[in-house]
Amino acid sequence: MTDSKMKAHPVFPEHSGKSFAGKAVLRRDLKEKVTGAAVYTVDVVPPGCLHAVVVRSDRAHARIIDVDRSEALAVPGVVAVITSDDLTGLFPRFGHIVPDHCILAIDKVRYYGEPVVLVIGDDLYSASDGADLVRIEYDELPAVMTIDEALAPDATLVHEEQYASTGDESFSAMAAAPDDSDTALPATDNITHSHELAWGDVQAAFAASDVIVETLIHFPMLYGYAMEPYNSVAHFTDDGLHVTSSAQHPYMVRTDLARVFDLPLAKVRVDVPYLGGGYGTKSYTKLEPLAAIGAWITKRPVKLVVDVEGAIYTTRADAAQTRMRTGFTSDGVILAREYEVILESGAYADNSPLVLAKAVNRAFGPYRVPNIAGRGKSVYTNTAPASSYRGFGAPQGALAGELNLDQAAEQLGLDPYELRRRNLVHPGEEILPGKRGIDADLHADLGMLEESLKRDASDQPMHGIGVGLAASDAGAFPVSTAIVRIQTDGSAVVMSGATEMGQGSKSVLVQLVAEELGIPMEVVQVVQSDTGAGSYERTTGASRTTTLVGLAVQRACGDARRKIAEMASEIFECTPDLIDHLPGGISGPDGLSATFGEVIQRWFGAEAGEVTGVGTVRREGVTQKMPPFWEVGVVGVEVAVDPETGFVTVEQLVTVADVGFAMNPKAVEGQDLGAATQGLGYSLYEELVYDGPQIVNPNVVEYRVPRMGDLPKKIDTMIAQRGDGVGPYGAKGAGEGALNPMGPAVASAIARATGKWPDRLPLTPERVWRLMNGLPEADDLG
Amino acid sequence: MSEHELSEQPLDTEIQTHINGRPIARRVRNRATLAQFLRDDLGLTGTKLSCELQVCGVCSVLVDDRPVSACTYLAVDVDGRQVRTVEGLACNGKLNALQSAFVENFALQCGFCTAGFLMMSTSLLERNPDPSEHEVVEYLDGNICRCTGYEPIVQAVLDAAGRIRAAGTSDD
Repeated sequence: MTDSKMKAHPVFPEHSGKSFAGKAVLRRDLKEKVTGAAVYTVDVVPPGCLHAVVVRSDRAHARIIDVDRSEALAVPGVVAVITSDDLTGLFPRFGHIVPDHCILAIDKVRYYGEPVVLVIGDDLYSASDGADLVRIEYDELPAVMTIDEALAPDATLVHEEQYASTGDESFSAMAAAPDDSDTALPATDNITHSHELAWGDVQAAFAASDVIVETLIHFPMLYGYAMEPYNSVAHFTDDGLHVTSSAQHPYMVRTDLARVFDLPLAKVRVDVPYLGGGYGTKSYTKLEPLAAIGAWITKRPVKLVVDVEGAIYTTRADAAQTRMRTGFTSDGVILAREYEVILESGAYADNSPLVLAKAVNRAFGPYRVPNIAGRGKSVYTNTAPASSYRGFGAPQGALAGELNLDQAAEQLGLDPYELRRRNLVHPGEEILPGKRGIDADLHADLGMLEESLKRDASDQPMHGIGVGLAASDAGAFPVSTAIVRIQTDGSAVVMSGATEMGQGSKSVLVQLVAEELGIPMEVVQVVQSDTGAGSYERTTGASRTTTLVGLAVQRACGDARRKIAEMASEIFECTPDLIDHLPGGISGPDGLSATFGEVIQRWFGAEAGEVTGVGTVRREGVTQKMPPFWEVGVVGVEVAVDPETGFVTVEQLVTVADVGFAMNPKAVEGQDLGAATQGLGYSLYEELVYDGPQIVNPNVVEYRVPRMGDLPKKIDTMIAQRGDGVGPYGAKGAGEGALNPMGPAVASAIARATGKWPDRLPLTPERVWRLMNGLPEADDLG
Repeated sequence: MSEHELSEQPLDTEIQTHINGRPIARRVRNRATLAQFLRDDLGLTGTKLSCELQVCGVCSVLVDDRPVSACTYLAVDVDGRQVRTVEGLACNGKLNALQSAFVENFALQCGFCTAGFLMMSTSLLERNPDPSEHEVVEYLDGNICRCTGYEPIVQAVLDAAGRIRAAGTSDD
């Protein structure tokens, strides 16, 4: 049969190779970001919105005796002054692994900066005036401020009970007791979580080793400083709770909120506009329960925005103390590694148990280690709670593992490349037994790195080169969905629960849909991160989006195409096997063809309707084996140290992004340079410092992040594309790799420049100067 | 002392200003910052806040062609002055040379710092149409970006400077 709308010849351009994927296309989101039109959570203020201000604890550990709200309530415009006593009927805590985190402190405060009272006003002025007038009476308790204090015998307990795990299966091994127990177990120590890794016979291997090298290194307490501080706006309607928030993982936040308010998941809607930076720091629940209890009490929309100090006291990254011991043969082959990672995790668990597990898995590196005994502890202290930060666990682990190798290289008389080469795994080799083999060619990557560094290396005194390798078993649990809706004009809407936080996922989703359907990028629209109007995504973390959401989008496009082919076979009255795919449409028998839009309109019999394709990813097929991919980090630096001041100049920064397939090479380079720069930040400048109960530098004046003037003199960001990932076209995750092993690369470079091995980061000018001059650390002086 | 204790005195002041060339007359809270005035009163949310201590550069806007931190500059102080924000850069929906250069050089990712970089760069190029790389770095050292690693921003500003010079006129 023929039809006036069906054309006798295909009108589509020749489709060979890839049209959009792999091209450095201009990012979809950037145009609205340079005009100021882009909407971030902080810009969302619903009509009738009230504003909330948090009153925070000014003690590290104290019983709450009394909260006097009378003066605050007398301030004109103050609507409510809320404490945990007002939360009767709610589950008053959150936490996706163990729900230990009080929304507002209950009975006692566990750290300086903990939210105790929420003051809500007609505007920010009245709320902050009210907050100033809240009087809290405390009874001080002994505090544990450091790992040593927290682990001392008879140490004060930060938490008196162990908490039952949440129902999330992937975290169940990380909690004390199953969810079905109603009686809380008493806690006996301040250990949040322990993790071990062991194979082979470590003792025998050390006995057989020719050279044994031991390293003790301290990883600093960090603040990720996403430039948009945490903020959320919440309101209740007959449809349930709606929260707009600066959250990377809206679906995870939804679960926490549903537990707090005992609501069905479907009646909690969390949506996320553009994020002003994430870097893992916006993973999991932050301010959402606070905004939501404000809305629950006042029956009005409530917005809560914290400043940088409030953000630091909401979430910082785990500090770590790591001991690493490695036994080698005389020619530098690793026989055994034995290590312990202790994370200083602050007052609440948040994601630290997972950070710990990853730190232990990622500490020994992408090497053949026949005998291993790794263990770790995440420790509660009376400090700001720690959680995810870009690379989580990998920077803490790799610092010890890689620095230890460099110290060994010196003792063994090998250069850092050669020692690594003698132990580095080859593609496909397992480093974690039973897990996916390494899906990267690290030997080739190391060669690229070495070539670039050596090309421009200086042999001047006080210069040093350092390299770092890392392999992360991406914590990307493969549960992803995507929906692709093809419209009557052939345009398409793609829906994903993945958040756009700056990494460029929005643009990648457009490229993928355009590629898979053969339609122009301009006719693809993206709906992201809305649990009420979108598609499920477990998280936006562990560099998962391009790989896992990418697979889901590919499958959704395939599903939509299958449906269109079935519709076309009905229209053409032919068997489905006579329908072929064309870019933007199909071909049928007798030289007929039709665009997607023509098929849809014809099938529905109107200029109306749409075709919905659904794609899912779970643990099966290419994503059966965990991790779904390895994210490797391959970095090198050359530094110059000023002998007078200890000031470190980065002469060269070289990175290799082993990404399988770069969906957008310019975006990959941007992510890698950004990650490397954050890596230089914690290596050289960044550290939160406690002095007594509180942080002395909870602000951007004294917490120093990299600035433009710190730009390395030479930057070489290379991309290795070998199609070895499970994602679309061979892609795998990117964006964390270059941060992970930057610490040891910088530390080793400085050691080679100065002849002294540091035992902590960041290597500020004062630290380097003390190191060079054999003076004790200022931190260690009583 | 909180505001309500001072309530016998006027809490706000009438100001007349120009925002992106448009005349604006408003009563503003005496305690309102320029950022609050722009974002909350005028709905110009392109100007963002981050450190609120004048050190990150995110909230940079131009007052009488001079960059200021809108987080700490009082709204009442723009009375009689000209304010320029990121919303005033594009002309009839068309990106100006600096904005285009930022997009094309991937000089932003999350975009939260971008308005500040664009306003500081505008100020730089108005003073110095042909800056060296060193001059760009020096001028923008007070603006923090956590995503890009800065190099693409330097390239974008140099690129824009070249385009503006080639066009023979600043297109602001």
